[in-house]
Amino acid sequence: MSENIVELKNVTKRFPGVVALSNMQLTIKPGEIHGLIGENGAGKSTLIKVLTGVHQPDEGEIYVEDQLCTFKDPNESKAKGIACVYQELNIEKLLSVTDNVFINNWIKKGILLDYDKMHKRAAEIMEDLGQEVDVHKAAGTYGMGIQQMIEIAKAVLLDAKVIIMDEPTSSLGEKEVAQLMRTCRELKERGIGILFVSHKLEELFELCDRVTVMRDGEYIATKDISEWDNDSLIAAMVGRTLDDQFPKEFGEKGDCFLKVKDLVIGGVLDHVSFEAYGGQILGLAGLVGAGRTETVRAIFGADPIDGGSIEVKGKEIKIKSPEQAIDAGIALLTEDRKGQGLVLAQPIRTNLVLSSLKKHSSGALLDEKKIEESGSKNMTDLRIKAPSLDEITGQLSGGNQQKVVIGKWVNSDADIYIFDEPTRGIDVGAKVEVYNVMNRLVKAGKCVIMVSSEMPEVLGMSDRVVVMRGGKVMAEIERDSKHFNQEDIMKAAWGGSLDE
Amino acid sequence: MSDKKNLNEEVKNAAIEEAEGKALKKSKGGFQMGTVLALVLMCVILSILNHNFYNITNIMSVLKQTAFNAFLATGMLLCLITAGIDLSVGANAIFCACIMGAMKQAGMTSGLVMLVVAVLLGTAVGCTNGLLLTKLHLPHPFVSTLGMKNVLWGLALVVTNSQMVSAFPESVQWLGKKTIVAGFPISFLVIIVVYVIMHIFLSRTALGRSIYCVGGNKEATRLSGINTDRVLLFCYSLSGFMAALAGILSVGRSGICNGANAVQPYDTDAIAACIIGGASFMGGKGTMVGTMLGCLIIAVLRNGFTLLSVDSAVQNVVLGLVIILSVFMDVVREEREAKRRRLAAAKK
Repeated sequence: MSENIVELKNVTKRFPGVVALSNMQLTIKPGEIHGLIGENGAGKSTLIKVLTGVHQPDEGEIYVEDQLCTFKDPNESKAKGIACVYQELNIEKLLSVTDNVFINNWIKKGILLDYDKMHKRAAEIMEDLGQEVDVHKAAGTYGMGIQQMIEIAKAVLLDAKVIIMDEPTSSLGEKEVAQLMRTCRELKERGIGILFVSHKLEELFELCDRVTVMRDGEYIATKDISEWDNDSLIAAMVGRTLDDQFPKEFGEKGDCFLKVKDLVIGGVLDHVSFEAYGGQILGLAGLVGAGRTETVRAIFGADPIDGGSIEVKGKEIKIKSPEQAIDAGIALLTEDRKGQGLVLAQPIRTNLVLSSLKKHSSGALLDEKKIEESGSKNMTDLRIKAPSLDEITGQLSGGNQQKVVIGKWVNSDADIYIFDEPTRGIDVGAKVEVYNVMNRLVKAGKCVIMVSSEMPEVLGMSDRVVVMRGGKVMAEIERDSKHFNQEDIMKAAWGGSLDE
Repeated sequence: MSDKKNLNEEVKNAAIEEAEGKALKKSKGGFQMGTVLALVLMCVILSILNHNFYNITNIMSVLKQTAFNAFLATGMLLCLITAGIDLSVGANAIFCACIMGAMKQAGMTSGLVMLVVAVLLGTAVGCTNGLLLTKLHLPHPFVSTLGMKNVLWGLALVVTNSQMVSAFPESVQWLGKKTIVAGFPISFLVIIVVYVIMHIFLSRTALGRSIYCVGGNKEATRLSGINTDRVLLFCYSLSGFMAALAGILSVGRSGICNGANAVQPYDTDAIAACIIGGASFMGGKGTMVGTMLGCLIIAVLRNGFTLLSVDSAVQNVVLGLVIILSVFMDVVREEREAKRRRLAAAKK
């Protein structure tokens, strides 16, 4: 057996006006979990597309088991045993698990599909991957974790030698991530090589044998995991040392800006109560599905509530729509930036004023001069990198899109800023800029509520943490409390109690 | 220090890209140039094929035809921008005309009352379409407005006992009949005023901007504090209002109202005008200028057919194909746009 299943030598890929990959090196050994990390736009996607035959390299060679290969299309790469589980899963939700596993690869009896055989085989493969599922049921009845396993099952069925996983944990909950890691280790035992692309350093350290870092389309380094640490990985990735991933600054604790009392949504929220103060960041921690997003959406009037009250600056108000919430001085940055935060087809200038159209009007007409002024200010203040205010928002990178959403809410001039997963899917540099915006807000006496599933972020940025589980508040922890640490917060998130 | 340098570089790059952005914008306007060219080309070909085309009377009759469709297309455009559709505009127009006919049959003599009732009822129908969409949460206005079209067709016949009605008061016929100098129809003058107002409304007011945003991403717009239900209700109500005006115009133009006309393909003409003018079924796009061009193209096409005495059945076939072609153009345009953006993004 050759030493490497896949070897990339000096691969270069150019697009009109840009070098997306330059002299890229990569080797994947059999039975190895190989981490790949880089900031957004570092060229990871291009690398994956070259490996899977979507793009053809302009220069350099790809070897599969020491054999020089050129892939004209994805089928040729698949035939050589390279499979990919994309971030956006290709699951037909209404079709059965079996159909999804065998799609385009049917077992037939004559001209008819042999479902007896396929169901049996699909069940076997899923069981091997540690999943007890009814393969007759529609794939959509199962969660993201199992849908991802179906994608992996497809790869296993094709006898893949290498499985590329592109940000596989980004939409999974804690338990599902643990299961995925177990599966990865099992695949590794069978001699399959895995290219594990992830933003999350902890996952790389837990799972990978070697990690390759790329930056600006270039190969930076490949090292055994034992030779990397947090700081060196980040430094290699961003090309500079970030002294502090979380540049926390403290504001002055002010009055109680928001008081939530016994918030109830049948089956979702169970008497949620907490307070948030001006000049502080309140972290809302918990596992995926703990009811944090539901809580903030209810406060913002995005979803109807069944009971409970909300006080803003000591005055009880009824909020039935986002319109009323904004009038009351509340802003909500949603977790789903593209689906709920932006009108992607509209230019930046429109998105920036979407929640403050009245403020940007004079008389009946929109005041384009005012929009231009505040827009330019947003661009410099938030360091939005775009050619002009007229740029279509959908064309920006994730980090810049997020800054546009933040700009929209800064312009609405709220008192209470709720940020739901504000740094999800954006690169390290942009994350720090988002944190700095939060710092500025609390220093100006505003109240910030941050929902986050990233424990280091919760600990790094919060002045106080409210931990939720199953739609209930489990604990409230001050920054100077002895419980303000990862273990205790996780304990509360899993339903344990914290002794005083 | 190095940060500052970076920023300077960024600013410089931004300036270069802004210039490029302006160039791109020009090419966007280039599409509308294409539509203008198509219109001019059609006129040239028609005037060569038939000498009567450049007759002043004929030109004025084209404008009269344009005006009817232009009213319907105004409401249609707003609905299309919100990623919806209003298939009941044509039937609504005829229904409004027939309501006035029914009042005439019942012995009503006041033209003003007829006009007011027609406008109120037409707007109420549009408002109902909007309520079906926003309050009952029917899946897509395609189905509900298609249903409304049939309801209105039936009602138009019921209220007039399936009779044609004629001899309306002058005030009712004013919009469709009256001309200023050289036979220039007052209806087209009204349309120009309406289109100018609507252009300013769509491009310069908060509600206008909100309409595009609802079409682009309804949920994001709602979560930005814009009452999206109210925006939709406005668009469909306005569509009903414009349909009523079109109905009044039709009475003046033909002198009669005929409930059987409710199934004429007026809606498809309006859709075609919007799509030819740059609107998209995906929503979020479309302009009044483009829609006006679309209306003119359709009117010239229909007029040309008549002049060349093409059989009306064949006319329907060709216009049907034009509509399919314009939808296809919409798809091609989307793909081109996406490609252009990809290339522009790759350049960065």
